[in-house]
Amino acid sequence: MADLRSEFVGIKSPNPFWLASAPPTDKEYNVRRAYEAGWGGVVWKTLGEEGPPVVNVNGPRYGAIFGADRRLLGLNNIELITDRPLQQNLREIKAVKRDYPDRALVVSLMVPCEEEAWKAILPVVEETGADGIELNFGCPHGMAERGMGSAVGQVPEYIEMVTRWCKQNTRMPVIVKLTPNITDVRYPAQAAKRGGADAVSLINTINSITSVNLDSFAPEPTIDGKGSHGGYCGPAVKPIAMNMVAEIARSPETAGLPMSGIGGITTWRDAAEFMSLGCGNVQVCTAAMTYGFKVVQEMISGLGQWMDEKGHNSIDDFVGRAVPNVRDWQHLNLNHVTKARISQDDCIKCGRCYAACEDTSHQAISMSADRVFEVMDDECVACNLCVNVCPVEGCITMETLEPGMVDERTGQVVSGEHGDWTTHPNNPSVVAAE
Amino acid sequence: MGNSPHTDGIVAGRISADAVADNFSDLHPPLDDHEALVAADRCYFCYDAPCQTACPTSIDIPLFIRQIATGTAESAARTIFEQNILGGMCARVCPTETLCEEVCVREVAEGKPVLIGQLQRYATDKVMAEDKHPFTRAAPTGKAVAVVGAGPAGLSAAHRLAMLGHDVVIYDARPKGGGLNEYGIAAYKSVEGFAQAEVDWLLQIGGIEIRYEQKLGESITLETLQERYDAVFLGVGLGGVNALRAEGEDKEGVRDAVDFIAELRQADDLTKLPVGRRVIVIGGGMTAIDAAVQSKLLGAQEVTVAYRRDKSAMGASEFEQVLATSHGVRIEFNAQPVRVVGNGKVTAVEFARTTSAGGELAPTGETFEIPADQVFKAIGQTLTTDAGLTVERGKIAVNETGRTSVSGVWAGGDCASGGDDLTVTAVAEGRDAAMDIHATLTGEGA
Ligand SMILES: Cc1cc2nc3c(=O)[nH]c(=O)nc-3n(C[C@H](O)[C@H](O)[C@H](O)COP(=O)(O)OP(=O)(O)OC[C@H]3O[C@@H](n4cnc5c(N)ncnc54)[C@H](O)[C@@H]3O)c2cc1C
Ligand SMILES: Cc1cc2nc3c(=O)[nH]c(=O)nc-3n(C[C@H](O)[C@H](O)[C@H](O)COP(=O)(O)O)c2cc1C
Ligand code: SF4
Ligand code: SF4
Ligand code: SF4
Repeated sequence: MADLRSEFVGIKSPNPFWLASAPPTDKEYNVRRAYEAGWGGVVWKTLGEEGPPVVNVNGPRYGAIFGADRRLLGLNNIELITDRPLQQNLREIKAVKRDYPDRALVVSLMVPCEEEAWKAILPVVEETGADGIELNFGCPHGMAERGMGSAVGQVPEYIEMVTRWCKQNTRMPVIVKLTPNITDVRYPAQAAKRGGADAVSLINTINSITSVNLDSFAPEPTIDGKGSHGGYCGPAVKPIAMNMVAEIARSPETAGLPMSGIGGITTWRDAAEFMSLGCGNVQVCTAAMTYGFKVVQEMISGLGQWMDEKGHNSIDDFVGRAVPNVRDWQHLNLNHVTKARISQDDCIKCGRCYAACEDTSHQAISMSADRVFEVMDDECVACNLCVNVCPVEGCITMETLEPGMVDERTGQVVSGEHGDWTTHPNNPSVVAAE
Repeated sequence: MGNSPHTDGIVAGRISADAVADNFSDLHPPLDDHEALVAADRCYFCYDAPCQTACPTSIDIPLFIRQIATGTAESAARTIFEQNILGGMCARVCPTETLCEEVCVREVAEGKPVLIGQLQRYATDKVMAEDKHPFTRAAPTGKAVAVVGAGPAGLSAAHRLAMLGHDVVIYDARPKGGGLNEYGIAAYKSVEGFAQAEVDWLLQIGGIEIRYEQKLGESITLETLQERYDAVFLGVGLGGVNALRAEGEDKEGVRDAVDFIAELRQADDLTKLPVGRRVIVIGGGMTAIDAAVQSKLLGAQEVTVAYRRDKSAMGASEFEQVLATSHGVRIEFNAQPVRVVGNGKVTAVEFARTTSAGGELAPTGETFEIPADQVFKAIGQTLTTDAGLTVERGKIAVNETGRTSVSGVWAGGDCASGGDDLTVTAVAEGRDAAMDIHATLTGEGA
């Protein structure tokens, strides 16, 4: 059996599945249940400074986007950091960590952007025996209006400054949680690294309005006729998060910086994908909120099965394995030619591929009077839109033409050589260089 | 050549070999990958799922369906086998419409349950087809356990005990293992020799020896087993059949439904198996339905199930009843046999019409005859081997972990008290008794 044990910035956990800082990790009761269900670690719901805690709205906090069969695809929230007193949280953290020494327990923090505030909270967190801290520079609503959360995370200089304060004032590993509400995630990641961060975690939630009530003309969730933008998370944000992870992994300035992957992770496969892009572990929020803590059991069994099948003995065997294959567009091989192939045995003759190709693409699928759908190689540009709109998984596949075969669309023989835009005759800069 | 459904008497070859092959093919053909994904997608991953509670072996249904949905059928199979090592057979024979699928929240909401049984088959078939056995044995404990009966209860107990490191010897009276999986279950529920393949697959755990044609009470006794082994588990099922107590029961053409089914299950060529033109099956349970449907599938022209009470009291589920009627079997309710008519050979059965409203069975005074050249009795099986143990209501008395009245002897499955007479219940009872035996032998239990 594959070994799922994980060590992330020196923090050990029996598996790489942690719960992200959010309601699932808001208190002792939840966290104990999470550990019992099998989660390898948690990042405790973000703590604020000593004093009267923040308050949450008392109306709805969430908006949602659904797929077929009311499957929750995206969740939006307007919740703030913990609304429970600091001392109570600290007491609970200490008690839980004492009872579960083998599980990771990281504490998320968000205090005002002043060194004294950080100096005050770090020792009391350290005293709980927690394994590390995560700096919440991501929360996009409410806290940002008060100069915290994403208000810090959007200014690289602040990230660097606060990270440095933390590194100077605690021996605990420091993980910097990044906001996706920026234009280029590489800059905040570089800032965190300059400040001495042990790792970054990403992404926090994305600014969003999930729906507008057309009777009251108010965004949802609606609080007394008004709404605020919220933070978007869940399966819908995974592609955005993975791109940001990959950007950090392949950028020379930040390559090798440990990352904790967050954003829409729902199954073992999602986790494996984030990890192959360089994340040492993953964090989950929405999947647990949708299906309960037990969902981790599928992640554990699935990752283990896949590792066994592929011969990966430990997590390190595959972390980062996809990073070298993430490239700029200009380096993609233009001599790689594929064609769509429809399996007539699997086809249920719905015609969606035809509509997609005929109406919106390249008129490369033929339809006969008795609803037989076939790809015309002389028109197919291999966009694979048909693959994505076909309701039957595996019914349409993309076949690679071997070197020496003729691409019927261009009439050219497929070359076995790599040829990308940087050397393409149509590229003006190639001509200029001559 | 020449026989047809209309040929009088009990004859073979009423329909063509092709028609027979078609009739006895898989009742529910297996799901392909696409169908399985679509079916799995419908599961809500319910909390404290009602389906799991309804499963006698408590399989973690939401988890295994999610594992199928995420493309890890092998993990799904493991989830199933951890609770039910005969998950493959149960996927085929469980009356899911009265167990897990009856309480599936999507049955409640839409009248269309998640196809739990078929998804279970999808996952287990996949692993078994690759001939992978998911478990390995624990270190040897040095203890040896005798299991009597290689049916679902005995196999389940033996596997669990072997897995926990004990050595197991199974004794079975018959020449083949599987119990009613091999000799009783309707042929179209377990096609292509699945029962034997499953036994072979199960034995891959190691540490289990089966000794066939060893009958408790004849070649072996409970006393010798108790002397030779550290514990004994009895899973001998119900080998006997209740008498009809109707006049003329011994006429030619009258026989036990279970014998007919066993003969059918063991037949190499079903076109050589004789069946009547007009068949009456007496009884109201699964055995009655199976005998009737299979008679029809062999080419009998008229098949009637005669049950002495009304529809609501029938042991066979609504699904089973519909299965029978959709095959052209007629179900005659409130019909109690009084006399088998015929001069040597049966020609008809005379019935008394009953009322059973309020549960009290009473004749109305009306009688009627149904013509027949073959009659199957399916009015319940009985315990044949009690081995001197305390018996309550016709079964070996056991507590919830299968302990009998004699220390060191456990029992489970159809032969033991408690639970329905179902394959899945036998598996659960065998497993639970094994756990108790293990706890006892290793000093962890009371
Ligand atoms: C016709 C028929 C159809 C059925 N259909 C279904 C169905 O579709 N779904 C379902 O869930 N259940 C069905 N059942 C019920 C199910 O088959 C039983 O509940 C299940 O097989 C019980 O398992 P068991 O191990 O207790 O006994 P059995 O399966 O009866 O196995 C007992 C074993 O013990 C052996 N044995 C008996 N006496 C001795 C002895 N003295 N010494 C040594 N060995 C002995 C026998 O040879 C046999 O191998 C059906 C039953 C019948 C009769
Ligand atoms: C209701 C809610 C509250 C959250 N609160 C916090 C928080 O206090 N601190 C924090 O760092 N992230 C918070 N998050 C963000 C999550 O930790 C996580 O980064 C985000 O939800 C993306 O992961 P997911 O797609 O698995 O949900 C919150 C998310 C939700 C849904
Ligand atoms: S999930 Fe619980 S707390 Fe939230 S609205 Fe529903 S009942 Fe209330
Ligand atoms: S979309 Fe898929 S199933 Fe539908 S017609 Fe095209 S190939 Fe067939
Ligand atoms: S009750 Fe139905 S929907 Fe719910 S977990 Fe069970 S199979 Fe899935």
